[in-house]
Amino acid sequence: MIELRGALVTAEAPRGGVGRRRGPAPADGPVRILGPVDLTLPERRIAVVGANGSGKSTLARLLNGLALPAAGRVLVDGLDTARDGHAVRRRVGFLFTDPDAQIVMPTPVEDVALSLRRTGVPAGDRDARAREVLARVGLAERADLPVRALSGGQRQLLALAAVLATEPEILVCDEPTTLLDLRWRRVITDLVAHLEQQVVLVTHDLNAAAQTDRVLVVDDGRIVADGAPEPTLAAYRALMAADDEVRPR
Amino acid sequence: MTRAAPSGPSRPASAETSRRRAARTHRATVGKLLALAALGIAVVVLRGPWTAVLSLAAVITCAAVARLPMRATARALLPVLVTAALAAGYQWVTRGPDLAVEVAADLLTLVLAATLVTATTPADRLLDVLARAIRPLRGVGVNPDAVALAVTLLLRTVPEIARVVGEVREAARARGLERDPRLWLTPAVLRVVGRARDQGEALAARGILD
Repeated sequence: MIELRGALVTAEAPRGGVGRRRGPAPADGPVRILGPVDLTLPERRIAVVGANGSGKSTLARLLNGLALPAAGRVLVDGLDTARDGHAVRRRVGFLFTDPDAQIVMPTPVEDVALSLRRTGVPAGDRDARAREVLARVGLAERADLPVRALSGGQRQLLALAAVLATEPEILVCDEPTTLLDLRWRRVITDLVAHLEQQVVLVTHDLNAAAQTDRVLVVDDGRIVADGAPEPTLAAYRALMAADDEVRPR
Repeated sequence: MTRAAPSGPSRPASAETSRRRAARTHRATVGKLLALAALGIAVVVLRGPWTAVLSLAAVITCAAVARLPMRATARALLPVLVTAALAAGYQWVTRGPDLAVEVAADLLTLVLAATLVTATTPADRLLDVLARAIRPLRGVGVNPDAVALAVTLLLRTVPEIARVVGEVREAARARGLERDPRLWLTPAVLRVVGRARDQGEALAARGILD
């Protein structure tokens, strides 16, 4: 189970202000990006929604130790992400928005095999295991093609396969369908929805968020709504509509 | 770099077949790396333009036999070709034509040979062999897996950089800005650095560097 206890993420303010952040410019010192956040996440399917730059990706990155809190703690099954990063990353897989950033090997089978190195699969078995994992996401026929020859949707499938190969207990997906067309969005969303793992899905797709057990709304670095999908998404829509009214045209 | 001749259909192979194939590939990888090392030594030890040209011809023949896609390879090696031409020009002016031919041919021989090895060797095998070779240095604090991964990524990065530069130049051309290299070089460098940072983060997320 994931727990955030007063987790606060900050960053040093760049010279000349902090760009697109709303509100008055801060004084000298670190700028608050997210938090403090207090959450316990026992549900199997959790969606995180929010405007661009609201802090939802930072929240996702906290969950497998890619970002560490400046104050407070993030615990995964009792393990502290700051102290036990290695063990946390064994439990929590992370799927990025852009699969090209995640895929580092020239062919799908080699990229999945790279993930398997960490799991202790013997070298002689890695190729067969990688092909099994690729078959599970429907990429068996493309296992030996150059990654460049895959479509954007197939690359995201490959990135998902590379994460699933490590058999994580929790999967954090940071806008995995944002760069995809409608058809591939459906494919990836369906695949993620049917996984055994606990899934934390950061998304702009409100239909996908509506299928989860719990929705968190992040705005300006704070959790401003949290609960069952229907009322929470209604609150999010109202928040975005209010935002439109105050924004100069 | 386009991988030469993918190894047939990708039906899930049996574990035993895969294991035998892995052992065969491992031996072949060791052989290729040893041959590459031997070629590196030979290129340094053997002097003269004719030896250099013959070495280059031999490597080009090997690339043709391995069915390396010539056009894609030439495109990926374009920066090396430019460097070889500049080095040859300088040597020609300062030390004569023999040395100019030797320097250019040696450079192209080594880079093409390294490209041939990486394009015909599964990256996973390359990682295993490199990690095993570096293992004796573990005693002095070297992490063999991290070094092997860094070398493999470095080899893969060369064509990736060429692709990024091509994309940025195309974008500059679309806006009529391709004549001034400063206008596309800066964004190209920023994109390469950004991509490297993203990949490092993705590797950390997968726990590969733990």
